[in-house]
Amino acid sequence: MVAAAGTDASSLRVHEVTKSFPVPEDSAARRLALDGVSLSMGAGELVSLVGPSGCGKSTLLRLIAGLDLPDSGELMVGAESITGPNAERGLVFQDPNLFPWLTVRRNIEAGLVARHVLSEKRHEVDEFMRLVGLESFPGAYPHHLSGGMAQRVALARALINHPKVLLLDEPLGALDAFTRMRMQDEVLRLWQARRTTMLLVTHDIDEAIYMSDRIVIMTQRPGRIERVIPVNLQRPRDRSSAEFLQLRSEILELLHFAGGAATESRT
Amino acid sequence: MLQKASGRSPEIVQSRTDATLGDVAAELETKRWRTWLPVPVANLICLAVHWLVSKTEPPVETRSYFVFLLNFLAISFLLAIAQLWLPALRRRMRHAGPIFAAALLTLCAWELITTGFRLLPLPYFPSPAGVFQSLINDRALLFDSTWHSLVLLLGGYALGVIAGLISGICIGWSTQVRYWGMPVLKIVGPIPATAWIPLAMVVSPSAIFSAAALIALAVWFPVTMLTASGISNTRASYLDVARTLGAGRSYLIFRVAIPAALPSIFIGLFMGLGASFLTLVVAETVGVKSGLGWYVSWAQGWAEYGKVFAALVIMAAFFSTIMTALFKVRDRVLVWQKGVIKW
Repeated sequence: MVAAAGTDASSLRVHEVTKSFPVPEDSAARRLALDGVSLSMGAGELVSLVGPSGCGKSTLLRLIAGLDLPDSGELMVGAESITGPNAERGLVFQDPNLFPWLTVRRNIEAGLVARHVLSEKRHEVDEFMRLVGLESFPGAYPHHLSGGMAQRVALARALINHPKVLLLDEPLGALDAFTRMRMQDEVLRLWQARRTTMLLVTHDIDEAIYMSDRIVIMTQRPGRIERVIPVNLQRPRDRSSAEFLQLRSEILELLHFAGGAATESRT
Repeated sequence: MLQKASGRSPEIVQSRTDATLGDVAAELETKRWRTWLPVPVANLICLAVHWLVSKTEPPVETRSYFVFLLNFLAISFLLAIAQLWLPALRRRMRHAGPIFAAALLTLCAWELITTGFRLLPLPYFPSPAGVFQSLINDRALLFDSTWHSLVLLLGGYALGVIAGLISGICIGWSTQVRYWGMPVLKIVGPIPATAWIPLAMVVSPSAIFSAAALIALAVWFPVTMLTASGISNTRASYLDVARTLGAGRSYLIFRVAIPAALPSIFIGLFMGLGASFLTLVVAETVGVKSGLGWYVSWAQGWAEYGKVFAALVIMAAFFSTIMTALFKVRDRVLVWQKGVIKW
């Protein structure tokens, strides 16, 4: 699997990545956010990152997106190493971050405009509006949208660039439980239709088990990968099946252990 | 129990709506006079006062004010009749009636204070009739002055806005430009533009040109300041999202930072507009030999205070029209912020 990941154009490889940030109250000190993190993802794989808050999940995602650069280590998509942000790697945040001055349609078009390809690919806009079920709201402004609708626009806006890798930073974290479950199915549907490599950061263990092929569990300060757990359940998954619940309690136990370890190392 | 309730409820609801509708109708009936009556009544009071008072003041020709009031009265009666058939007009009149009536009564009070009881010294405080007469008599020169003011104001304002936007965007976007530009802005900006007048008169070849430059300077400072702060406060996540969508620098500046800064930029435009009015009038008073500011000081030199007030009336209308136009532009541009458009 790892060997395949090395050759495929939309595989992702994170190798021994370390990242630290300056401490605001002490200019000389730096806080280690990620400590030698390695991770490989095959093309079309859906992997979840789970861990206590402050474990560097979002930092890792920003590094993969190219918004920050690592102190050391290497990040690669296919055979190319990541040196900066690029339309190949889409990013969706918890806050949809739609541009409030643009209508739904223009928000979805943003990536095409930014890459100066709007005139050739205009037909795709309608396709993506339909894909996320927003074809009847082209002229609405973001502040008219509900949280779920806004997040669907954000997904369409990221997907219209046909990214090789889609990074999702707690994209459903701000939604109510009901909308959230519907959106999980929606994201899965998009993933199955497009087979984009997806890396999902979440603090919801059920979500991680329900959606992903593998779950990466991270420890707190400095962020390290604690364990990688494959999820070998048949899709669509049943949230109340015995295997599901078994896996859930296993991960909970691990996370508890991870939290304890972090406390020990801090004191 | 449930059956009973559901059986009875429509009836109750029905009778209640009837009652409410009746109440509303009755209320409307009793208050209908409010829609059309205040303006004509105030107008009649004005006319009566004017008629009583003007007999005591032969030297000033006051016929035009009288004609103006009569016309106003005729129009208000026509509107009072028209609103019976036009509900949209009725709503507007109900809204605007009291304020128009109050304006007329203010005119009336002014006339009483001036020519009525002679409470204020005369050459300095003419009656509304006198002011109106000056307005009519000197309309050609007033129109010409307004035109000159408009050209000078818009020229200077446009220049200042363009300069302010460019410097504001540069200072807001680039840390390097901010390092060198901000001290200049902080030191030069707060000097009132009018304080440069003595220098401007020495340096510049023509008064008009220096006045335009001063107005531009007055506008430039607030526009630069608020554009720069708007740009530098652009939410980092908008820029991050745009970068992951493949945006280059020009997209980040022109399609993310500037739209995000627009609410702040408009505050700068409004502040600049206020500063430009002030600078315009002062510059016209001391240097430029045309425009409303010049007209006021010229009329004052001849002790024609009717003309001074006439020019003030024109200025009020002129400046508030421009202000309103800018508000309209802002509502148009920032429609995404206010949520005016509903689909």
